[in-house]
Amino acid sequence: MEYESVIGLEIHAELNTESKMFCGCGTHFGEAPNTQTCPVCLGLPGSLPVANAKAIEYVIKSGLAVGCGINLYSIFHRKNYFYPDMPKDYQISQYDQPLCINGFIDLDMNDYQTRIGITRIHLEEDTGKLIHIGGAGRIAGAKYSLVDFNRAGVPLMEIVSEPDIRTPEEAKAYAQKLRAVLITLGVSDCSMEKGSMRVDANISIRPKGSTGLGVKTELKNLNSFRSLQRALAYEIERQAKALNEGKPEEIVQETRHWDEAKGATSTLRTKEYAHDYRYFPDPDLVPMEFDIAYIDFLRSQLPELPNERKQRFIKEYGLPVHEANLLTESKAMGDFFEETAKLYKGDPKAVANWMLGDMSYYLNTEGLEIDETAVTPKHLAELLKLIDKGVISGKIAKEIFPEMFETGKLPQVIVEEKGMTQISDEAEISKIIDMVLEENTSTVEEYRAGKDKAFGFLIGQAMRLTRGRGNPQLINRLLREKLQA
Amino acid sequence: MELYQMTIHELHEKLLNKEVSAKEITDSVFSRIEEVEDKVKSYLTITKDVALEQAKLADEKIAAGGKVGPLAGIPTAIKDVMCTRGVRTTCGSKILDNFIPVYTSTAVQNLFDEGIVMTGKTNMDEFAMGSSTENSGFFPTRNPWDLERVPGGSSGGSAAAVAADEAVFSLGSDTGGSIRQPAALCGIVGMKPTYGLVSRYGLVAFASSLDQIGPFTKDVTDCAIVLNHLVRHDPMDSTSVKIDRPDYKEILINDLKGVRVGVPKELMAEGIDPKVKKVVEDAIKVLADNGAIVAETSLPNLEYGLSAYYIIAPAEASSNLARFDGVRYGYRAPDPDDLMDMYMRTRTEGFGDEVKRRIMLGTYALSAGYYEAYYGKAQKVRTLIVRDFNKAFEDFDVLVSPTSPTVAFKIGEKVANPLQMYLSDICTIPVNLAGLPGISVPCGTVDGLPVGLQIIGKALGEETILRVAYSFEQNFNWSEKPKLETRD
Repeated sequence: MEYESVIGLEIHAELNTESKMFCGCGTHFGEAPNTQTCPVCLGLPGSLPVANAKAIEYVIKSGLAVGCGINLYSIFHRKNYFYPDMPKDYQISQYDQPLCINGFIDLDMNDYQTRIGITRIHLEEDTGKLIHIGGAGRIAGAKYSLVDFNRAGVPLMEIVSEPDIRTPEEAKAYAQKLRAVLITLGVSDCSMEKGSMRVDANISIRPKGSTGLGVKTELKNLNSFRSLQRALAYEIERQAKALNEGKPEEIVQETRHWDEAKGATSTLRTKEYAHDYRYFPDPDLVPMEFDIAYIDFLRSQLPELPNERKQRFIKEYGLPVHEANLLTESKAMGDFFEETAKLYKGDPKAVANWMLGDMSYYLNTEGLEIDETAVTPKHLAELLKLIDKGVISGKIAKEIFPEMFETGKLPQVIVEEKGMTQISDEAEISKIIDMVLEENTSTVEEYRAGKDKAFGFLIGQAMRLTRGRGNPQLINRLLREKLQA
Repeated sequence: MELYQMTIHELHEKLLNKEVSAKEITDSVFSRIEEVEDKVKSYLTITKDVALEQAKLADEKIAAGGKVGPLAGIPTAIKDVMCTRGVRTTCGSKILDNFIPVYTSTAVQNLFDEGIVMTGKTNMDEFAMGSSTENSGFFPTRNPWDLERVPGGSSGGSAAAVAADEAVFSLGSDTGGSIRQPAALCGIVGMKPTYGLVSRYGLVAFASSLDQIGPFTKDVTDCAIVLNHLVRHDPMDSTSVKIDRPDYKEILINDLKGVRVGVPKELMAEGIDPKVKKVVEDAIKVLADNGAIVAETSLPNLEYGLSAYYIIAPAEASSNLARFDGVRYGYRAPDPDDLMDMYMRTRTEGFGDEVKRRIMLGTYALSAGYYEAYYGKAQKVRTLIVRDFNKAFEDFDVLVSPTSPTVAFKIGEKVANPLQMYLSDICTIPVNLAGLPGISVPCGTVDGLPVGLQIIGKALGEETILRVAYSFEQNFNWSEKPKLETRD
């Protein structure tokens, strides 16, 4: 049977405010344990929370950027459960009156477009971090555990999607688009690696065409977009297999842990262990009330958003939809493109082709983001200029690129160091062509007999003799001239 | 008259006139503590070193001709529910037996800034849950009027300390009557200000939407003086109100002419000891005789107040007290098998019965499927009670009632019957639910035990209730003192 999957994502993004959600402590990542703490974020007896206005503003801006309605009256709830990384043994979060509701993100999936609904965006506080010593690294069986509260109380935004996602690819595209939006807004670093963006996925499958819902599982430990896509693909297959083999009991409502190394999910906890969070309005905090003028003001402050940028790239640079889509997938990509195009002044499509071709290849291979490499817009713009000026051929450029990528040397420097300059001297090329014509008399005959293919062979021979450095246009012209002479 | 018997305003005058030093006052109070503390048991921790240091600072400031406020050099007891940096703060609980805060609560700091002399931290019902101080995890406090009786609670230690002259004044906290009821039972003045008027930062929370810090004093003038220094907006407390604070002492005038006094019939009904009722009626007559316009009124939804309170307060408490888990501070059960064992045993061994009872009540009331029926409904009752009060205040400037339905009861008398104990706060709880200010002033005795008159004001109506309380005090002229004996 053919199945369709029903996927919803819960995405947590740490806000990059200067101070924590309910106290004045700093939020820098990687400080010595428990140095960014105070009575409030340690949950000491008697301490009280005071909400961070900037964090509230960031969430509202995020909501506006994805078309959400903003609740003009919103409150904080307490989510009660015991865990040693939570100083108060309750998390200040939001429940039935979140800041933002009913938004969406439009995705361009090459051959089709789709809209993913956003149910809500709410604001809460992050927990501390536990390190378990001894045992398998989990709390059960550990000899003892250490806790670092530096992260406790960092503002956290939770973005809950509608179950509108149908494929792992859409899930990835949605998460990436959301990340691009949040980075563009400047409200979060959205680093999956540092944990400032965390994605949980709910997934069930159903026979294609059916409108009912199957039993869903929740996937955790998805530490990269790749993990997200792989874990979903695995889980879809697992669930389909269970149904096909007539073992629906293998799909139970549970939380499953993705193991990236094994490439598989396994049971983390089942529904019997589900918490009753006993949500109730936090009496230590006052309701958040906004007027429309304030919301309108924030709306007017929004920067150009990824989908708007995509449209502009199509219009302004003449890029095809697909390329524009890829280049606006992240703010850094888009910025790199625009900066390069500005420095280069040539055909922006060449910039796009290089970025989405060679550059993306090396980025993917190295697992790097575009702003994490030695290559800058200046590098790429100069490389393109060298090609245009005929100093190097496109083929040489492709050889130079990896070195530029690795070392950060400017292309001109690499070309000079390696003597890779293109041979554009007419006398030198002429001499080489003469050699080629002498050595390949039979091919010359074939060409003269009307066999066009022979021309290409002769060009190749000339290139071989210049070890790829001959100016292709020059070789082409001189060869044609000599053959016709 | 001994120094320890005097009021704040009397001592302040002597200090300014250089008749006495803060050191002498402090020594006097500590001599009194040494004399009677064994009988009364007001304090969980006595901080004589801190006190002598603070007294010295106050004396230096006075000697240097510096301007000192009315609280400088005044020996003060602090309920052990307010954090004091470097000084053990137990909340009357074994679970915090070894807890030494790293910061001082705003209210206490405000008084430190005024130069008070902290005598110690007073006994209380564990986490402020109780009406007799018998729920202290350490020992019960005795009522100075009869050592076999309770001082009320939960701020029983603070009330007894002032009544027994072991402090010139003290701070308490009031969630359902925990200042006013012990003030009444100990024959002193106790006030719960409007919710939000005094910062709760550093007050270990029992029920966040109801808790409020306030003073115990020997007279109404002292109450106004202390209030002047407690009321300050605190950016660390989101519920702290911002107001132009009047000078509460300056507005004290002996004048009741035209003041409209309402007597809610629900608070004079059955359940109130007839002898207490009689004393309160006589007190109300004093108000009327001095020009107040007295009439009966009704707060029809008050009958649901106690039930609503015993949903809301435990619900909030169940969450507030979750943090006492053995992870970061306080008691931790030794050698736990695993995390769950540590949580369970730490809390089982660390908390007393009443605290456990309320945590269970509150946890149940917030549980999925029960929330609307309990917590949701209790909040609706709360809204109705607020409306009742608002309506009454359209016709009256203040409302009056007995503070407690009975005089001080015998130690052990109600321990086995929590519901009976809960009824001790029947007159005070509605005031917390509505967030209003209330003051209890002594208004006579029944069988030699003091009775308190509760005066309730509108939100931020402290000036009015202080004025009525002051006028009553001036015209009633009550001067009985406890004898620190056991009566029969």
